[in-house]
Amino acid sequence: MIHKDTSDIEISLLLEAIFQKYGYDFRQYSQAHIRRRLMNRMKMTGFEYISQMQSEVLNDELFASKLLQDLSITVTEMFRDPAFYKSLREKVIPILKTYPFIKIWHAGCATGEEAYSMAILLQEEGLYDRTTIYATDFNQLALNQAKEGIFSNKMIKEYSVNYQLSGGKDSFSSYYTSNYDNVIMNQSLKKNIVWANHNLVTDSVFAEVNLILCRNVLIYFDKDLQNKVQELFNNSLINGGVLCLGSKESLCYTDFQEEYIELDKYQRIYKKRY
Amino acid sequence: MKHEAIVIGVSSGGMSAMKVLFSLLPKDFNIPIIIVQHLNARSDGQWIQLLNNESNLHVKEADEKEAIVAGNIYIAPPNYHLMIEKDKTFSLTIDERFNYARPSIDVLFESAAEAYKNTLIGIVLTGANHDGANGIKRIKEYGGLAIVQDPKTAECAYMPASAIAAITPDYILPLKNIVALLLKIDNPKSESE
Ligand SMILES: C[S@@+](CC[C@H](N)C(=O)[O-])C[C@H]1O[C@@H](n2cnc3c(N)ncnc32)[C@H](O)[C@@H]1O
Repeated sequence: MIHKDTSDIEISLLLEAIFQKYGYDFRQYSQAHIRRRLMNRMKMTGFEYISQMQSEVLNDELFASKLLQDLSITVTEMFRDPAFYKSLREKVIPILKTYPFIKIWHAGCATGEEAYSMAILLQEEGLYDRTTIYATDFNQLALNQAKEGIFSNKMIKEYSVNYQLSGGKDSFSSYYTSNYDNVIMNQSLKKNIVWANHNLVTDSVFAEVNLILCRNVLIYFDKDLQNKVQELFNNSLINGGVLCLGSKESLCYTDFQEEYIELDKYQRIYKKRY
Repeated sequence: MKHEAIVIGVSSGGMSAMKVLFSLLPKDFNIPIIIVQHLNARSDGQWIQLLNNESNLHVKEADEKEAIVAGNIYIAPPNYHLMIEKDKTFSLTIDERFNYARPSIDVLFESAAEAYKNTLIGIVLTGANHDGANGIKRIKEYGGLAIVQDPKTAECAYMPASAIAAITPDYILPLKNIVALLLKIDNPKSESE
């Protein structure tokens, strides 16, 4: 018989408890990631064993929601990976231009920076008025923040550089107004974004769309779960639709590699075959 | 004891240190090497290609879910944390910076210690940051081997000195002697010859 480490048993029991009690399923996430986040929370709370968190999570909703935030990593940026957005402009926009109406799904949108970046890009390409952007995440706190469209101005300089490198046609500062330590994104960017709570692991097909962006979410999933989510994406994309993954993600370990052709191998942009 | 993996943390001064290291390791070196080098987030993979040209082993960026095998030197991609799963595959995350760094040496070392336990070798080289000190401590706790570059011989002494302040390393050596030690560990027979 294989002896598991005690802490592995504790972690798997804790994830089982979270799933049974709250419906959030982290059982197929990267174990190294889950362990690191749980150990942090354990130390911060002053516990000695992971199993002590189990009764806490079952009996204290506040603690449970803290854990949920711990396990959902909402780190994001505007125009993250400028070269990706550049390729999006050059290789994907021409495809979108052929549709009378455009539906885009940002899966795992965190606090919304990616969706706002897309709205800016579409405005510049003259496509925004016929587009609906569905921006989803399972983290309601992050979604609430995204909806507000207010961001700390600490990162704005970095974002302007990203925007310029991505082939931005205007001045980045024309897309927000400054207010003390924050910037407020223009109302015109928000109008066609629909923010919605959706869990990639437990919820089903969300809509039929022309373009899916799911960047830096799947790295947190194990191979089987990646495969399952790719099936969801495949079922949500129209034929000829486009799938964009994070710059370190790929279809390599999934059953869906044959379903797509590579539009940009390096930027991980794939087109669904007809 | 058979050692299954080597993790290395390196920061300022890292390029020349890695060049020395890689050029001295032979083609048949049989333990996989995994490296976190602190980098600018916008840097591209060019320098990995440069290092590969100078190395007898295959130098490559670590891919997510990739299985770790001997003959390779894996380098964490810029702007991601690199972790090792218990099934000896890589995971990447974009969690917050840790010790001002992404990738962070501590993040790699702690997950590697969990995965490889007492079959792991951890090495802290030149750098101007205390990243790696907690990680090497964890490696020791799991019974792994801790090697630190002699701060007197490092381009930046701060990082190796921080590691030495955190633990008592098994070895404190200049770079060339670290390579000699690794060769001996990889091929113990050659020692008695
Ligand atoms: C690191 S962020 C990526 C944000 C953005 N896509 C980017 O690349 O900058 C990952 C996001 O995935 C979300 N996420 C994780 N698991 C999820 C799930 N099962 N369903 C929906 N969203 C999930 C997290 O809440 C987090 O906001």
